[in-house]
Amino acid sequence: MMGRGLLAIEDLEREDIERILETAFHMKEVGRREVKKVPTLRGRTIINLFFESSTRTRTSFEIAGKRLSADVVNFSPPASSLTKRESILDTAKTLDAMDPDAVVIRHNVAGVPKQIADELAAPVINAGDGAHEHPTQALLDLMTVVEEKGRIDGLTVTIIGDIAHSRVARSDIYAFTKMGAEVRVAGPPTMMPAQVECLGVKSFRTLREALDGADVVMALRIQLERLAGALFPSVREYSATFGLDRAKLRFAKDDAIVMHPGPVNRGVELSHDLANRRPGVILDQVRNGVALRMAVLYLLAGQKRGVGTEA
Amino acid sequence: MFPPGFEVPAAPFKSVPRGGERLQVASDPPVQIRPPTGASSEPPSAGVAASVVLDDLAIQRALMRIAHEIVERNDELDRLYLVGIPNGGVPLARQIALNLREIAGVDVTLGVLDTTLYRDDRVTSGIRPRLRHTEMPSAVDGRLVILVDDVASTGRTVRAAMDALMDFGRPRAVQVVALVDRGHRELPIKIDYVGKNIPTQRTDHVELRTGPAGGDMEVVLMQSRGAPS
Repeated sequence: MMGRGLLAIEDLEREDIERILETAFHMKEVGRREVKKVPTLRGRTIINLFFESSTRTRTSFEIAGKRLSADVVNFSPPASSLTKRESILDTAKTLDAMDPDAVVIRHNVAGVPKQIADELAAPVINAGDGAHEHPTQALLDLMTVVEEKGRIDGLTVTIIGDIAHSRVARSDIYAFTKMGAEVRVAGPPTMMPAQVECLGVKSFRTLREALDGADVVMALRIQLERLAGALFPSVREYSATFGLDRAKLRFAKDDAIVMHPGPVNRGVELSHDLANRRPGVILDQVRNGVALRMAVLYLLAGQKRGVGTEA
Repeated sequence: MFPPGFEVPAAPFKSVPRGGERLQVASDPPVQIRPPTGASSEPPSAGVAASVVLDDLAIQRALMRIAHEIVERNDELDRLYLVGIPNGGVPLARQIALNLREIAGVDVTLGVLDTTLYRDDRVTSGIRPRLRHTEMPSAVDGRLVILVDDVASTGRTVRAAMDALMDFGRPRAVQVVALVDRGHRELPIKIDYVGKNIPTQRTDHVELRTGPAGGDMEVVLMQSRGAPS
């Protein structure tokens, strides 16, 4: 299944995840060298197809590809002209004719990477699709936790915020439960999917209960520009109830780590002092993002299959 | 004398085989990957005869002799930097370092260099080769680097190792140790210190096996049989 690309954590087996993480830890060593480049993907072409703007993720994929010596091409068509299914398929066929070795796709509609993957010979890596999944973010979160805690199995991971609209939350829930962690979610009722327990998590209404004994606390970004006013009365109220600060963090274990997929709305999801805290686990997430994406590209790029046939 | 964390895998995962596991030959690709041109198409699984070609004592003697040769051939022993190629080259490099300390009183720098990302094998389907540990504790500039591998054959691993090494700096000179040289060179690569030359068929497989804690080593030659000779 890895041969077909990386579309969702939901599709992965635990062994696949371990293989990716193991590879990523080796890739991290390459990033510590003076010459941060290996010739592994020389002569390969990777297309970054970002229908939704994302400087951070795109840059991370671009650096990852370049450190493996691949030729990386960024392609950011305006999403508005590509909302019809036909034009997405046309785009896919056009891309296929350029014979890439891997295509990285972000789109604001769930399922588009899968649709394009079905038309392409090259493996597709989902860099975030709508409110569906963001698999590389979840994998780099796992990597960061393994580094901090030495394991995933048996840890308690609390995810706070807009669970319903967050692809990071969904991918993290799959990733951490598959690796044997207990996952808890907390947030306003308007941001909690109905029957979220079906995903194998426990849901809580208050931070106090959700954080009790937590090893890892993951604050999600609130999409202020889109959601404020619609799903909670005010930013101040959200921050008072679900914003993480030192006082609330005391409910978690003493050595709990605080993570955030970035960019942080300071004073909303995290208080200023937590956002600045040393050691900076949040910046480790960014650092690990490059190594993790190198691992995914190494494992997938260039592994072609005929369209319509199983790899 | 060993760099801190030398024996600890970089990944807190089960990435680097621990002592007691059978170490796969870290050098040239197992012959199954690229069947020799014009040879019989007999699959290697048709029946394999395994024989020990070097036991632990013979290996220890060879490593001691190699250490003496290194001292004999080089002046600037304080510039020595031994680099083991995983997996097999790593315990061998460690032993040679111990021998050098014993006979010449020098503490050499010890590194580990994985060549997987520098290999020229084009993988277009199937699983990518697993990466292994790399740990180069200090700069290689101006150093006398000795690459240590368990089995030398086509020379492709040594080429990859030299490419990898150059990314870490500019060594003054590079030499190569191989515990076993089984021939079949495909590149103009010379092995400077050979433990033992073992004539083999291309379809054979030569493997260094390591006991618990890296001790009790043996080199095993596996010959496919079944094809009428």
